Amino acid sequence: MADLAYWIPVGPFLAFGINILFGKQVKHKAALISIAASVLSCLLAWPLMYRVASEGHALTGDFVWLTLGNHPLHFGYLIDPLAATLLLVVTLVGTLIQIYAAGYMHDEARFSRFFAFVSLFMAAMLTLVIANHYLLFFMSWEVMGLCSYLLIGFYTEKDSAANASKKAFMTTRIGDVGFFLGLLTLHVAIGTLNFNELHEAVHLNAGHALLPMAALLIFCGTIGKSAQFPLHVWLPDAMEGPTPVSALIHAATMVAAGVYLVARSFVLLEVFPQVMPVIAVTGTITAFMAAFIALTATDIKKVLAYSTISQLGYMVAAMGLGSMMAGMFHLTTHAFFKALLFLGAGSVIHGTGTQDIREMGGLFGKMKSTAITFLIASLAIAGVPPLAGFWSKDEILLAAHDSGNPYIYFILSLTAFMTAFYMFRLFILTFLGKPRNPHIHAHESPALMTGPLWVLAAGSVLIGLPGSPWMHHWFQNFLAGGHHASEHVVNLRVMGMSVGIGLAGILLAVVIYARGLGMAERLARALRPFHTASINKLWFDEFYDIVFIRPFKAVARLLFRFDQQVVDGLVNGAGRGTGGLSRLHQLFDQYVIDGLVNFTGYFTQWWSAVIRRAQTGLVQNYLLIVFSGVILLLYFGMH
Amino acid sequence: MSLPLEHYLIFSLLLLSLGIFGVLARRNAIGVLIAIELILNAVNLNLVVFSRTVSSTPETGQIFAFFVIALAAAGAAVGLAIVMAIYRSRKSVQMQEFNLMKW
Repeated sequence: MADLAYWIPVGPFLAFGINILFGKQVKHKAALISIAASVLSCLLAWPLMYRVASEGHALTGDFVWLTLGNHPLHFGYLIDPLAATLLLVVTLVGTLIQIYAAGYMHDEARFSRFFAFVSLFMAAMLTLVIANHYLLFFMSWEVMGLCSYLLIGFYTEKDSAANASKKAFMTTRIGDVGFFLGLLTLHVAIGTLNFNELHEAVHLNAGHALLPMAALLIFCGTIGKSAQFPLHVWLPDAMEGPTPVSALIHAATMVAAGVYLVARSFVLLEVFPQVMPVIAVTGTITAFMAAFIALTATDIKKVLAYSTISQLGYMVAAMGLGSMMAGMFHLTTHAFFKALLFLGAGSVIHGTGTQDIREMGGLFGKMKSTAITFLIASLAIAGVPPLAGFWSKDEILLAAHDSGNPYIYFILSLTAFMTAFYMFRLFILTFLGKPRNPHIHAHESPALMTGPLWVLAAGSVLIGLPGSPWMHHWFQNFLAGGHHASEHVVNLRVMGMSVGIGLAGILLAVVIYARGLGMAERLARALRPFHTASINKLWFDEFYDIVFIRPFKAVARLLFRFDQQVVDGLVNGAGRGTGGLSRLHQLFDQYVIDGLVNFTGYFTQWWSAVIRRAQTGLVQNYLLIVFSGVILLLYFGMH
Repeated sequence: MSLPLEHYLIFSLLLLSLGIFGVLARRNAIGVLIAIELILNAVNLNLVVFSRTVSSTPETGQIFAFFVIALAAAGAAVGLAIVMAIYRSRKSVQMQEFNLMKW
């Protein structure tokens, strides 16, 4: 029964194989194949999750994959409450998004290729979730990076998409290199990369000097993958990909893998008091910075992208503050409402043909399903009770409050305020008011797309409840493996603050944007420095361009010139030298060697012409010589 | 039999020299053949004389002389036959015409 776990990623992988190899044959059945595989994974995964939940211990299984020297690598699965949670999120949200994508991508020429990549991504993500070994984790991590690259650049004919995919791949690569170095360091320090043995090994070697470094380097992987400051720049550009991809990979699952990595490594990280603050501060900075940029973004997907970065920052901050459960809880709820937001945005883009919210407006009447589900998700992310986002965000704010660091609590609260504000700015500009562009004739999306929206909306409402006081923090206890009996106290002051902040943000958005863009523009003029900073995304891209990319390009150009002139010169010189030398050699051959040979021939000819005159044919001549010889011999014989 | 050995040898030497001169200088092929006979006879004379005077077994040299006489006869026959053959093709027995083996 438990070994069925091995089969969870197999379905999507087979779907990938079929769709990539026989794309021309399956055509639009590609979606069916991918969705079926995803549903199959779902069906395999859920009984396992139920078992984990009911039996209260992790399911494991492994086999020796490879023996390096005398060190066997035990690859297999580890389904503990952590993995079970993410398994639920990935299979459920993944399936819904693929159903949606079948509608969204319907007119796309490379339909089967899209679903092939998505299935490959699903296979990698599921492997990552159930992996019991850092190395297996890292492998699927890299495959996900590849899928992300392929899907961001899916519209290959667009330059911006190609550039965005390169940027995403290279930026995350920086983090991945750190991650891999971290794994190597960790292996040196504790001698195992197996999650099962991690806890024990870390506590045995807690004094090892390399261990904090390993922890920090592993966190680098999170910074890259989860788009944390300062490597967050790739995620907004990643919105060049198709919208379902943005929802699945760049909002709900893959970017959450970085947070999952922190949760997986939590036993390692929490040992070091010097590492945790780094994580907390990174998350806090990310959350605030991204929310600040989201305030002025005008592309509907960019707003959501920055919102994603901000929420990921929340999760990382929660982990850094020592509350792994709050982070994982927010990850779960966020996956639902952010996927919903992205799919809603996709539906809007599908219906209007534009991504600029300044051109939208008044869509509520024309796209009822999209608008209502979008509103639910916005309320959820803004932290309005009793929707999912409220419970998880409240947990994080509570953790920040209890950490005793007022700055982090303050910044995170401010971020929550901004979150509510920009989400409702987005909602109001998109769906309310009057249509600002008369050329756009919006229409509601087909049921294939709105169906998943409603399911996700239900999820966004309900998924927070298992973590709420009403269900006695069942989710948190489940994650803790039932060890910590409920010690969660409901801090009504924090809860009240968080609700108040959210409502205030919503109210402010309503006040400013209810009558169109006029007031916002006046406000922007009044707060010009802030507005400029936000709209220029805090000049991160420009900064990186000046500090890293241009020097890099300059060095590359220099090296190119060196290559071209010195190295190529050497090679060409060697070629030319060889040519010259061989010409010389040829002359030597022609005149000296051939000359010798020919000389031998000519000399023989000439000498034989001379010497043959002795052969007269006259017997008396020969006899004369014979007698002369005899006489000479006699003469010499006598002396 | 009172003539001393030297006389015979000098005579034989004269005979040999005469033969060699004939072989080298005669223009007529028949003459050359005759000169060869002179050389062989000079050798024969030497063989006989030495067998009579200094050899402990006189028969050996004398028997050898007979062999040489037989050989000379055979040689003359062959030589004459060659001369005849060449004469047929060249219509001449002059030695300077006999250059068939020239390069």
